[in-house]
Amino acid sequence: MHELSIAMSIVEMAQEESERQGNAQVLAVHLRLGQLSGVVKEALLSSYEMACEATPLAGSRLLIEEIPVEVFCPTCDGPRMVDSIQWFCCPDCGTPTPTVLHGKELEVVALEIRE
Amino acid sequence: MTTEPRLVEVRKNVLKQNDIIARALRERFREAGVLAVSLVSSPGSGKTAFLEKTLTLLQGRYRVAALVGDLATENDAARLARSQAPVKQILTGTVCHLEAAMVQNALEGWDLAQLDFLFIENVGNLVCPSSYDLGEDLRFVLLSVTEGEDKPLKYPTIFNSADVAVITKSDLAAAVEFDEALARRNIQAVRPGMEVFKLSAKTGEGMSEYFEFLESRRARSRAASAAAK
Repeated sequence: MHELSIAMSIVEMAQEESERQGNAQVLAVHLRLGQLSGVVKEALLSSYEMACEATPLAGSRLLIEEIPVEVFCPTCDGPRMVDSIQWFCCPDCGTPTPTVLHGKELEVVALEIRE
Repeated sequence: MTTEPRLVEVRKNVLKQNDIIARALRERFREAGVLAVSLVSSPGSGKTAFLEKTLTLLQGRYRVAALVGDLATENDAARLARSQAPVKQILTGTVCHLEAAMVQNALEGWDLAQLDFLFIENVGNLVCPSSYDLGEDLRFVLLSVTEGEDKPLKYPTIFNSADVAVITKSDLAAAVEFDEALARRNIQAVRPGMEVFKLSAKTGEGMSEYFEFLESRRARSRAASAAAK
């Protein structure tokens, strides 16, 4: 369970950014979370609430956009979405696809703030 | 006065700090010409026995060292020290994985140029370590024959993040009716093209193929390091 330390990093990043914006109040944090990031969405959401406690971010929301796994298919010569992360192959032609293009994201994309 | 909420773009990787340190470590390993190998697995899959055997057999021919991560106790470091190789324990306390900064701190005072191989044993855990780059050249994921062939399907993220799979405790395969072909299929499903070794640290079975692989990877990283100079 490493979601709490990740939630704390998110809170810290959001706080720094809000200070840069003249101590604006943070209403929400928008996060991109890849299916292969190794982070569980539900655990992160409850950890986020804990991490916000007694900080200026208390009461803010964490909005998570889940990013599916996109791979490169060498046979089709293009990006494809895998059907399952238990089967890394092209959904169209079945070629094994070791190259992952997306799905490892763990990224704060934006803050919703009020000055 | 209350203004309307607005959106400000941030676009920052949450683990940026870890990734910066990991990149710096990777660069240090490359400059020193040391091959850094990390080990991940569930608790009890034989990481420490595998590492002890590795250190003992490489010692003499190569200069080897190890960092070993655990939540508590220095038992593993004491076990590994029997190999005569320099070993340092990293106690993580309540943290369920190693982070790049812990590796960096543990390496303080070590001259990496004096090493050929550095092994980094992660905390026994198949979930959390997958998110953290440690700057290693190769990540080995271990799977013992007693754990079941479907481990890769249950933990696809960590298997996908690894470079090499090692099936350990092969001496027990028959006793637990381990289906090797199925395990290999499952590994390839979550990480197509992954190199797989099957071995026993106890009997030594399969260890020579694995050593050949380590030696060839070290030669390759030495060549890359020399070419960069």
